[in-house]
Amino acid sequence: MGKTVLTGKHFWYGNIAIAEGAIAAGCRFFAGYPITPASEIAEHISRRFPQIGGIFVQFEDELASMAAILGASWTGVKSMTSTSGPGFSLMQENIGLGAMMEVPTVIVNTQRGGPSTGLPTLTGQGDVMQAKWGSHGQYEIIALSPDSPQEAFDLTIRCFNLAEKYRVPVILLASETIAHSAGKVVVPPEDEIELVYRKKPKVPPEEYLPYRPDEDLVPPMACAGEGYTITTTGLTHNEKGYPDTTAEAQEKLARRLNDKIRKHRKDIVDVKEENMEDAKIAVVSYGQVSRPAKRAVKMAREEGIKAGSIKLITIWPFAEHVIHKWAKQVEYFIVPELNYGQIYLEVKREADGNAQTILIPRMGGTLFTPREIYQEIKKVNKK
Amino acid sequence: MSKQISKEEKLEELHPMDKWLRSERMPHIWCPGCGIGPTLYAWARALDRVGIDKDKVVYVSGIGCSGRGSGYLNVDGFHTTHGRAIPFAIGIKLAKPELCVNVISGDGDLFSIGGNHFIHACRRNDDLLVICINNFIYGMTGGQLAPTTPRGQYATTAPYGNIEHPFNTPHVADASGAVYVARWTSIHVRRLEKSIAEALTMKGFRYIEVLSPCPVNYGRRNKLPEPDDIAEWFRQSSVVRNGADTSEVQIEKDKPLILGNFVKRVEKLTYYEGLKKLEERVRGAR
Ligand SMILES: Cc1ncc(C[n+]2csc(CCOP(=O)(O)OP(=O)(O)O)c2C)c(N)n1
Ligand code: SF4
Repeated sequence: MGKTVLTGKHFWYGNIAIAEGAIAAGCRFFAGYPITPASEIAEHISRRFPQIGGIFVQFEDELASMAAILGASWTGVKSMTSTSGPGFSLMQENIGLGAMMEVPTVIVNTQRGGPSTGLPTLTGQGDVMQAKWGSHGQYEIIALSPDSPQEAFDLTIRCFNLAEKYRVPVILLASETIAHSAGKVVVPPEDEIELVYRKKPKVPPEEYLPYRPDEDLVPPMACAGEGYTITTTGLTHNEKGYPDTTAEAQEKLARRLNDKIRKHRKDIVDVKEENMEDAKIAVVSYGQVSRPAKRAVKMAREEGIKAGSIKLITIWPFAEHVIHKWAKQVEYFIVPELNYGQIYLEVKREADGNAQTILIPRMGGTLFTPREIYQEIKKVNKK
Repeated sequence: MSKQISKEEKLEELHPMDKWLRSERMPHIWCPGCGIGPTLYAWARALDRVGIDKDKVVYVSGIGCSGRGSGYLNVDGFHTTHGRAIPFAIGIKLAKPELCVNVISGDGDLFSIGGNHFIHACRRNDDLLVICINNFIYGMTGGQLAPTTPRGQYATTAPYGNIEHPFNTPHVADASGAVYVARWTSIHVRRLEKSIAEALTMKGFRYIEVLSPCPVNYGRRNKLPEPDDIAEWFRQSSVVRNGADTSEVQIEKDKPLILGNFVKRVEKLTYYEGLKKLEERVRGAR
């Protein structure tokens, strides 16, 4: 057997870090379809899985890949796919099925510029709202966004842990910048990596109801072939998993699917705050944009400007409580994004008039320089 | 003196298929004369005949009237999305190879929206039994044209008659590399059961097409309005030709329906077997 966890220091591209993070998290089923800038994840896993005993399939398309990782997860195996814009669009219907059937699984989207085929080889952050609203109907999802190869490794593991804990598809919103930049990645010893596994039923099959939630709103999950004779459907269903297409059943189920995430917002949301103690201007950023954003804040501090940085590691559910809190202290939120304003609108809504929110938009292709963000901070500071 | 029957004893005296049914879900949604029920009956009997452990049986379906079966049978059932039953099932089978994974779904589900998955699963030789309940129409959505509707027949979206060329699905399966290909109808329950049983003992991508009456949405629009009119058509027009060349079994209006066990290939590695061999090679080389 090959080594599963490659403990030590590495110099890895983000895509390799994601693949190794998945392996370290216990992922043993990967299904995907080639697409720039995500392909290296599948390529790396196709090389690594035969060494460690995982199942790799390059499917005929992303529709199949997404369906297959749901099926695999129903056997208790941790599963993943990786893609970019066009493929992510094709996956949406079955992401919804995953939310409805409550299937733990991980989808990596290394964002590129869009819409459509857009900029295959260049970066973007245009899929942030799609990650949340991409499939039809009212549901909640979890999405995390890394800013470096190290974070790509760490957050991939966290994606699996959150997926298992909340029985939900979790999206790693990476990007071309992260996928294709190399950096130091420290992989801890195997026994220091905390892994979470889905709850299993504690009752015998006769008493088990596949969709009866525990107090945390998450139902324990029996898998295929375990003797629990489960039945599951994308139709609105009752606690037995039987179709029940009434308004009452819909109210109960759809509400719980949303609440199981919303009510655990504080557990799921992770942000990194810097220089916020006395800040009057806060730069809110995520993913690769956090790096020039932090640098810009540092430049502003050197000029005596009271600027701070809020980096969103969890994108969905949104860090409402964090923005709420700082809106009482800061005068401005500045949101640089590689789109025309997506997280900006969330920040503005949560600031709720207590602070002004300013967008620095860019349609993608290149990253901001620290100076570009710094200049915006300076401009706002003069107001 | 009549024997006193306790309540428990009474409960044991149920339908012979009770082991396979989620009886509490009855009545089902299917119309009188529909061929889905008899097809599932043949499938369950074949599972019994082969003696497969019920706890290892997985039933994956897509969307449509045919797709609803996975919620009525008393096995692990997955009612997925329209067209995606095959890849979902592949995920289950590869991740837990000891399971007996079956896909039973409609002709629209498997050959229109899911057609690409069908041919690629044949090609890769994924280890699944796929049963297509072909009723020549979209039943669930109200009788629209299917990729199997014979030329000249009527559908709600072909009100002047179908101008398209339908799939000859056994030929599609054969040409794409399926290791077992057969066609029966839902009135040939015994031969269907035998064919399913034979397929259940094999590995690789096995395909059985089951011609099935949809009196409500196909029959009514095609001069076969009574619940058993289509069954009667099947009875009168069926010709059994085991081993027939699949290129010659296209279904056409007013022509014989060729049934039979057409193809059986034994020497083809499944995807999983290939993967295991590859693993050995990779590990040996290290
Ligand atoms: C993506 C998507 N498109 C369309 C539908 C609507 N739809 C439901 S069932 C069906 C056709 C089913 O026909 P078939 O597979 O032949 O099954 P039958 O009902 O005849 O058994 C369609 C088009 C859907 N559920 N999902
Ligand atoms: S509409 Fe047709 S296929 Fe659907 S249940 Fe009725 S008879 Fe069967």
